[in-house]
Amino acid sequence: MASLGLALHGVRKSFDKVVALDGASLAVRHGSIHALLGENGAGKTTLMRIAFGMIRPDSGTIRINDRLVSFSSPADAIAAGIGMVHQQFALIPEMTIGENVALGGNGRYDNQQTVKRLAYLAEKMGMRINPLSKVKELSASERQKVEIIRTFAHDATTLILDEPTAVLTPRDIGDLFGQLRAFATNGGCVVLITHKLHDALEHADEVTVLRKGRAVLNALTRDVTQSTLANAMLGQIQIGTTPLSRPKPSPSINVLQLRNVLLRDRRGIGQSNRVSIDIRRGEIVGVAALEGAARSLLRLMAGRIEPTPGDIVRPASIGFVPEDREQEAVISDFTLTENFALRNSARRSGRIDWSNFRHRTEEIIEEYDVRTPGPNVRMSGLSGGNQQKFVLGRELAYNPDLLILENPTQGLDVNAAAVIHEKLRSVSLLGTAVVYYSSDLDELAALSDRVIVVTDGAIVETRPDRTIIGQSLLATIRT
Amino acid sequence: MTAEGALVADALVRAVPLILTGLAVGLSFRAGVFNLGAEGQLLVGAAASAAVSIRLSTFAGFLVLPIALIAGAAAGAFWAAIAAELKRRFHVLEIISTIMLNFIAIHLVSFLVRGPLQEPTHIYPQTVTLAHPARLPLIIANTRLHAGFIIAIALAFSLAWIIRRTEVGFRIRAIGASPMAAESAAMIDVNRLSWVVFCYSGAIAGLAGAIEVNGVTFALYENISPGYGYTAIAVALIAGLNPLGIVASGIFFGVLETSASAFQRDFAIPSSIAGMIEASLILASLVFAAAQKRYTLFVRREKPA
Repeated sequence: MASLGLALHGVRKSFDKVVALDGASLAVRHGSIHALLGENGAGKTTLMRIAFGMIRPDSGTIRINDRLVSFSSPADAIAAGIGMVHQQFALIPEMTIGENVALGGNGRYDNQQTVKRLAYLAEKMGMRINPLSKVKELSASERQKVEIIRTFAHDATTLILDEPTAVLTPRDIGDLFGQLRAFATNGGCVVLITHKLHDALEHADEVTVLRKGRAVLNALTRDVTQSTLANAMLGQIQIGTTPLSRPKPSPSINVLQLRNVLLRDRRGIGQSNRVSIDIRRGEIVGVAALEGAARSLLRLMAGRIEPTPGDIVRPASIGFVPEDREQEAVISDFTLTENFALRNSARRSGRIDWSNFRHRTEEIIEEYDVRTPGPNVRMSGLSGGNQQKFVLGRELAYNPDLLILENPTQGLDVNAAAVIHEKLRSVSLLGTAVVYYSSDLDELAALSDRVIVVTDGAIVETRPDRTIIGQSLLATIRT
Repeated sequence: MTAEGALVADALVRAVPLILTGLAVGLSFRAGVFNLGAEGQLLVGAAASAAVSIRLSTFAGFLVLPIALIAGAAAGAFWAAIAAELKRRFHVLEIISTIMLNFIAIHLVSFLVRGPLQEPTHIYPQTVTLAHPARLPLIIANTRLHAGFIIAIALAFSLAWIIRRTEVGFRIRAIGASPMAAESAAMIDVNRLSWVVFCYSGAIAGLAGAIEVNGVTFALYENISPGYGYTAIAVALIAGLNPLGIVASGIFFGVLETSASAFQRDFAIPSSIAGMIEASLILASLVFAAAQKRYTLFVRREKPA
């Protein structure tokens, strides 16, 4: 058995109160390509940033060639032979390839020598680059090559690539893996962060799957199939979370209609299919998607973006609980009362009635079991779960016809999640339509009346059954 | 009037433009708009007010003063609107554009007092002295303390009330504290509101210039402002952007600057000491602001991956 090039063991890391890594481990052998798989938010990138010295772990060990190391910055990691290619390239567009590679060096900068060395490295790797061309003139795949060659120029023996195939055409992907294989054959270690099962199965020797901050599977690629990996990524059914029997929602009155709407991704690029959908009064609709594919659909429904093109009919009052609570739902420096007043503040005018808002904030604290000394403490003093309960309470305080939520229980403890599930069920019985995105299949299966799976801008409707949802999602992974 | 009394009055006179420009800076910073152009807005306000006071003095009677002050505020708002519009359309950083506009305003005043607004003999680079109807009345006779002081205090109290007690004030605080949350949770049109606040901030600085011309100098000339608009940044930051605090810190700086020359005369303490104290305070207030992590201009927070 080959020795370990990079080994992380029992790594824990929390950001504020959100646990990103919960004792994750990863062992990469010399001469192998190791795929690190996991859903969005499973902790892949965080783990690799720790290996690259960008983030310090709360606990856990890092070993390189069986030697215990501790990094206080990426410079330490680079000195120890680790190179990382980020999802967003870290290159300066105005500089030449040679200058970009030379960045971070010490002493005198010798342009000619850098160019020579680059040409040598490129030839060795079978890449064609001109060290004197400016980075801004390069395509995405060429920029990626520059990133990789930069790590070689720093004598990297371990190469970490974060979702490297996302920006590449199929042909470039073939080239990339050819180069990575050559690097591994010469004794290097490659860690490939990805959520694409196909890439892992096709190109990696070994695979580790992260879920909720832990390594849940580690195996040789030849011993696993697409479905074992998918099961590991998406999780098994927990006992006791079977759907509750609920009375059927009242006669179907549409509260929301989407007609021929074109969904766009974050960069504003339109996706292939037009979407039409109706949401009825009192139903709970789960939305399943990978890597934020449902984001624009939910935001269209919530009235945070407008359809271009397409038609949408929304109810008068919509509650919205976004995924990024600290950035979008609340203002951490404001008190609970002020955060309550935030909602609808664009529609009000004149004097602000603080005593009314304080009173209503107290009601939410009471009704939603928000653990806080009172309505006048700052939002930043609350735990994530209590913030989320408060946000839900605020959005429901206006009796909305429609409630939109993005990953409403992500990062929350079991009790807070239970309070939120209970509330969603009870408001739906009172007639509020609930549409929520979740990355947790068990939650989707347990809470929804029906589930829609968003795949490349098109939508497929399925029953709230975790196996069926999982299969529909797999279909999107394969493409 | 005793000598001490006159000195206090002078300190308060000096504080008026500092309070007003401090309020202008404080208001914009509250909304997350980094208007560093109070100096330029003050200068164009002074120029507009001087022009209106001179041209209208013969036939507007007692109305000339309010018209002149409004013209000053409007000119300041217009000067800020240039930067606001550059920001809205082309994403030009207001930190840079407002400072550049300060230089343009300085040279604009130079041009005006040597050209269209120069006194009739064409000897001195300044306007004629304003007629009495265009001058702000004095609060205390035989001092230089004019009604502009009352305007500054009243404006500070109104702004404090607006920010604490009204919906629009709350929205201003929200867009300053977190533009994303203001947009998503409160559904505020952040671009529009920050544009409007930018212009109001300019209007207040423009008013400061008008009050300086109509209350103190009674003429427009070069170097009419010894950098009020820059000191205003320190005035606002030390006060934690609180309007009533700005009154206090404005008076403090007014005392500091007026007493510097008195100290030099009577005790041979160099007046540049006052400048050093001011600059140290600006530095200290920046460090304090950074420590509080309130102003995104100076700080970046660590974010999870």
